[in-house]
Amino acid sequence: MSRLAERLAAGRFVVTAEVTTPVGADSAPLRRRLELYRGLVDAVNVTDNPSARVHMASWAGAIAVREANCEPVLQLTCRDRNRLALQSDVLGVAAFGVENVLCLTGDHPVRGDHPQALPVYDLDSLQELAMLRGLRDEGRLAGGGKVEPPPRLFLGAVENPFAAPQELRAWRLEKKVRAGAQFIQTQVVYDVAGLASFLEAVRRRDLQVPILAGVCPPKSARMLRYLAEKVPGIVVPPALLERMEKAADPRAEGIAVGAQIIRAVRQLEGVRGVHLSIVGWEEELPRVLEAAGLR
Amino acid sequence: MAQAVLEFESFVKRRAFGCKSCGQCILQWTAFTCPMRCPKGLRNGPCGGATAQGRCEVEPERPCVWTLIWRRSRRWGRLGKVFLHQPTLDWRLFGTSAWCNHVAGRDAALFGELRREERES
Repeated sequence: MSRLAERLAAGRFVVTAEVTTPVGADSAPLRRRLELYRGLVDAVNVTDNPSARVHMASWAGAIAVREANCEPVLQLTCRDRNRLALQSDVLGVAAFGVENVLCLTGDHPVRGDHPQALPVYDLDSLQELAMLRGLRDEGRLAGGGKVEPPPRLFLGAVENPFAAPQELRAWRLEKKVRAGAQFIQTQVVYDVAGLASFLEAVRRRDLQVPILAGVCPPKSARMLRYLAEKVPGIVVPPALLERMEKAADPRAEGIAVGAQIIRAVRQLEGVRGVHLSIVGWEEELPRVLEAAGLR
Repeated sequence: MAQAVLEFESFVKRRAFGCKSCGQCILQWTAFTCPMRCPKGLRNGPCGGATAQGRCEVEPERPCVWTLIWRRSRRWGRLGKVFLHQPTLDWRLFGTSAWCNHVAGRDAALFGELRREERES
């Protein structure tokens, strides 16, 4: 059982933090960040070519996290890999002690830095979950062959409580749980009431899966506006945008906003942890956690 | 013969459903709305990127096809069908006739899986 799975099973409120691997052939920037996160978070979540932009491989990042004695969560998208590559990457990281795998469909290449690229999408995230579950539970490849020994895996999936059509989201979450998801990470939450109504729909379906709410403290009003306008599926209440715009010290305000959201989502039934993405100002993670009363 | 069937089938289905000739048709499970029109070819539901207005993140000028599938499934009482887990595709069948494949049993793995799920649900 992975450390993340153990902590969730023990009922601990978990904190995971996102790291983006460098665009370069040196792991030093990544290791410096891990130095900062060590001891503060329960797991470090390594992104996989985020926004369809090329970065160092997420599997290499996840192994670096393991070597730094932190608990990695590997993000593994279907955008760049067919079923052979998905399975061989999972066997590869599992051989180095990486057990947590977050299954994602992945942003489409047209939104990234190689819009000419072939979008693979051999599988979708649900088929990926089902395939990796078969790999683990039955020691069986998608093609039917045997795997010896099978990988130990703790499988995660993502859900966006705010994307249209909203009434479909809890339904899709149930589909993912049936396909093999053991924990769920949500899209970044600014609209806490929106998350609450999603969780209510999840409860109506009697789903016990642990949910980690995505939290991204805004560094500035500009960044928040960018997320609201340019990133599909993120909802920012206008009052919050106004608050950031009026702030005398935007960084301090952003930390306060992040901490406030963490405290608010923590009160919601079904939220078993938070997933923090502090992109571009990772050094403030300790202050955010402290302000939220988590460390 | 197979080529003639393919041409007729894709002619009809392209006009009616925006058919991509995946050769393993699941229209009856997706409220007769072709999920292969999704730029990611998602057969198990939408991605997380549809806008609040239900538009596609890749091609914002058109609606997310899963928004259509969801609405029609609800309207026509077919939510149970759309809820089933759609197994992985067989890419060898792309560009061939789904009707011929069905008669010849080339889609047996996929349909067998779906029928099993239907019995269990």
